[in-house]
Amino acid sequence: MLRFVRRFRLAFRGAPLATAGAVGVAFFLFVALIGPFLTPYDPVVNSFSERLQPASALHIMGTDNFGRDILARVMYGGRNMLVLTGSATTVAVAVGLAVGLLIGYTGGWLDEIVMRVFDSLLALPALMLTLLLTRSLGPNRFTLLVAIVVLYIPIVARVIRSVVLDLKTKSYIEAAVLGGQSRFRILAREVLPGVLPALAVEASLRFSYAIFLVASLSYLGIGVSRPEPDWGLMVFEARDWYALAPWVLFWPAVSIVFLVVSVNLLSDGLRRFFQYSGSTP
Amino acid sequence: MSVAPRLQVDNLTVGYQLNGRWLDAVRHASFSVRAGETLGIVGESGSGKSTLVQAVMHYLGANGAIRSGAVSLDGEDLAEKSTHEMREIWGAKLSMVPQDPYSALNPSLKIGEQIAEISRRHMGLVGEAALEKAVETLRDVRIADPGDVTRRYPHQLSGGMQQRVAIAMALSTDPRLLILDEPTTSLDVTTEAAVLDLFQELLQRTSCATLFVTHNLGVIARMADRVAVMYAGELMEIAPVRELFRRPLLPYTVQLLGCVPRLGQGKREVELPTIPGNIPSLRDMPTGCVFAPRCPLAIDICRAERPKLEEARPGHAVACHRWRDVEAGAMPEQAVVRPARDLSAQNGTASSTAPLLEIDNLRVQFRRGNFIDSLIDPKKRSPVRAVDGVSLQVGRGLTVGLVGESGSGKTTLARSVVGLVDPTSGKIAMLSAELPHRAVQREQETLRHLQMVFQQPEESLNPYHTVGETLRAPLVQLAGKDTADADEQVRALLRAVHLPEDYAGRLPAELSGGEKQRVAIARAFAADPDLIVCDEPVSALDVSVQASVLNLLVELQKSRGTAYLFISHDLAVVGYLADVIAVIYLGYIMEISDANGFFAGPHHPYTEALLSSIPVPDPDAKPTRIHLEGDVPSAVAIPSGCRFHTRCPRYLGAICKDVEPPWMTTPEGRQYRCHIPPDELAQVQTSAVPD
Repeated sequence: MLRFVRRFRLAFRGAPLATAGAVGVAFFLFVALIGPFLTPYDPVVNSFSERLQPASALHIMGTDNFGRDILARVMYGGRNMLVLTGSATTVAVAVGLAVGLLIGYTGGWLDEIVMRVFDSLLALPALMLTLLLTRSLGPNRFTLLVAIVVLYIPIVARVIRSVVLDLKTKSYIEAAVLGGQSRFRILAREVLPGVLPALAVEASLRFSYAIFLVASLSYLGIGVSRPEPDWGLMVFEARDWYALAPWVLFWPAVSIVFLVVSVNLLSDGLRRFFQYSGSTP
Repeated sequence: MSVAPRLQVDNLTVGYQLNGRWLDAVRHASFSVRAGETLGIVGESGSGKSTLVQAVMHYLGANGAIRSGAVSLDGEDLAEKSTHEMREIWGAKLSMVPQDPYSALNPSLKIGEQIAEISRRHMGLVGEAALEKAVETLRDVRIADPGDVTRRYPHQLSGGMQQRVAIAMALSTDPRLLILDEPTTSLDVTTEAAVLDLFQELLQRTSCATLFVTHNLGVIARMADRVAVMYAGELMEIAPVRELFRRPLLPYTVQLLGCVPRLGQGKREVELPTIPGNIPSLRDMPTGCVFAPRCPLAIDICRAERPKLEEARPGHAVACHRWRDVEAGAMPEQAVVRPARDLSAQNGTASSTAPLLEIDNLRVQFRRGNFIDSLIDPKKRSPVRAVDGVSLQVGRGLTVGLVGESGSGKTTLARSVVGLVDPTSGKIAMLSAELPHRAVQREQETLRHLQMVFQQPEESLNPYHTVGETLRAPLVQLAGKDTADADEQVRALLRAVHLPEDYAGRLPAELSGGEKQRVAIARAFAADPDLIVCDEPVSALDVSVQASVLNLLVELQKSRGTAYLFISHDLAVVGYLADVIAVIYLGYIMEISDANGFFAGPHHPYTEALLSSIPVPDPDAKPTRIHLEGDVPSAVAIPSGCRFHTRCPRYLGAICKDVEPPWMTTPEGRQYRCHIPPDELAQVQTSAVPD
């Protein structure tokens, strides 16, 4: 544990941008976790007497056209967003990692077949795939989760595969083969650590893209429907009112931008964290 | 001496900025080079020799800078110049031949165009005239068909040809100063010999001053007029070449010269002298003499005060507090040549038992492209014949040395023995039991007895595992040790390879190249194998480190009775370590002989050429007697008859071209494949030597 903390400090020391990213992500996680318990407002109950109020002591971010507290909606929306994209990215990265390790290390026919399947999946536009899934699974969060997982597994697997192809030629892998270690053990002990820096970068990239994707899809009305608090949907709904009440658009949009930027900045710190010590560039 | 030197370097300090801190890679270097003179700069890795020449060229990386001192070329201070001003000087007055010609040539431009570009830029030639000049320049570097070469792209030329082109480019403007940065390090010995011949001839003709940077003492002995020895960023001794090799005054030079295995020196006669310790890190320089921590003569003053470069004899300067003692013979004798340890016990077991490893008619072929490629392009149907019918035996506790140039198939052979490459046909047997071809199909017991040490120490240890974890894996997996037992064994292994026990907790990034290779050797020995395949285990190491690793291999073999199949391109190294020497050319064994008396001959003509190509660290050595023409043919189209006939200096005629030569056996038991019988071969080979 102490070693863990030391490595963490080492990775983020002298990297102010990565640290800023980590702080940003931590902030959003904290708000998503605690926020909903702190606000007295319900994110979906209308209150027409308080329509389109600017920021005040009662409503720190103001209210929207239905009189709902924007802060409450941003916090609940953030929670939904992080839960959805977080779990989808985790599944996609885990499966992509396993597949990438396997096909990269095994090679041959298996690699050939899986890669061609991935190519055909990647040829499908993201939007079309999501629309198809929405038709069959209905417009809900689960559909979005499936869409993200299906879309991102091939991308993650490809990245991992290319790293494995490079590592496979290293003598220490060959030494492990000659040391009688099983394929699973070689993958887990010898190959996996070398893949982690690239995986960390890829995972955070996927995470930020997933946030964008979910926001865009719900903006387009695919996935989540009203009146649920959702950043993308909030931006969509704000279109009619932002001239009158700019804060309706501002807060959800700023949240999306900040979260995505923080995750991207964090990725560099994560890469440094997983790189073996002694060579922090 | 009244003529001003061409290049004058005064008190030059060069540093790199890292995390806001300056690390001086070269400190207070002063030297000069006169017109027509070649100054050799020799040093091990980390000695700062590359930084020094880059500073002379004013071509340091973005974080590097000349911190103080002056570099003047013909009285013009280069250190003051801007990059813009330097553009008029680079290529025109100051040119360079790089280590790796392939990365120095533009892959998308034809050779002629690249050379013409220089004469257009610096010599004012236009159009056809520039191209004609290019042809002429190529003819100067002894390229047989220069017109044709100008129309080719770099990738269509062999390494030796590329280096000739790079030399042609460097000399085309008749520069004032020529910098050669390890120009032959990436070449094979036979090619290297030819390129060195070329340099010698060209440098005699021009009046340019030359800086020849290399780590190879043999090359320096042959090429340089004067030699500067660098260590840890300091220029510590500078002397005329003969003086330096005959009467060195710096303890480091004395020891460095002792570390190089000489041709014909065997493990039975001598133990290689080594220099204990490592080159100090730039972050942690000793306060006194930089060599003091490793110096056998170091006294208090050496550790306290940095010695100044002083003129000990005319033209011979040295930075050492104790050079007078060195001159008087104070260097401890045992640090120079140590008497051999008794290795005779091992001799007895030599031929009495069945061979440990038997390779029978092994062939390894690689298909080029996939099935569809071969349908489209008939040329892709013929495979690369990397190993082409090799039979070889390794006896218990013995070392078989396999020597060959790049492309000879030696590494492929090594890898197929351990099962990392799938042979096309043939048999590999250990103690008469035939082994499955691939390592994953082999029994754990087989794996246990057959291990490998790889060429690149950097790649052979997992950077994420500590030394202890690396060593524990084979102990647990192959030797079946439990955890506590394994930990004890890890410590024992570290002791056996002369590393401190606390290294078990270190990561590879915290080790030097030589230390990494020691760990790799310890890993190979962990499960107590019968045979270790060593694939160029010392070629990536500096000479002083190389010597100690070779000693270690000899010592471990003696104490554990392990046999080695030792692969190398370096005949001196193989000659030192091996009991049996095999020479391989284009996937085929050309000569095999007991190491005792191997160097006496007579040799297969290819071996003869190899032997005479090796640069000997002795300025008075006879220059190359035999030149090999051309390059190693491609393993796709192996020549008919004797596969060496295209380059053979003793080519007889049609018989060599048409008939595969038989094995010949000399009275001493040496076997070789040639149409020339032993007595005739002995005669031509001895008569060719003037002495």
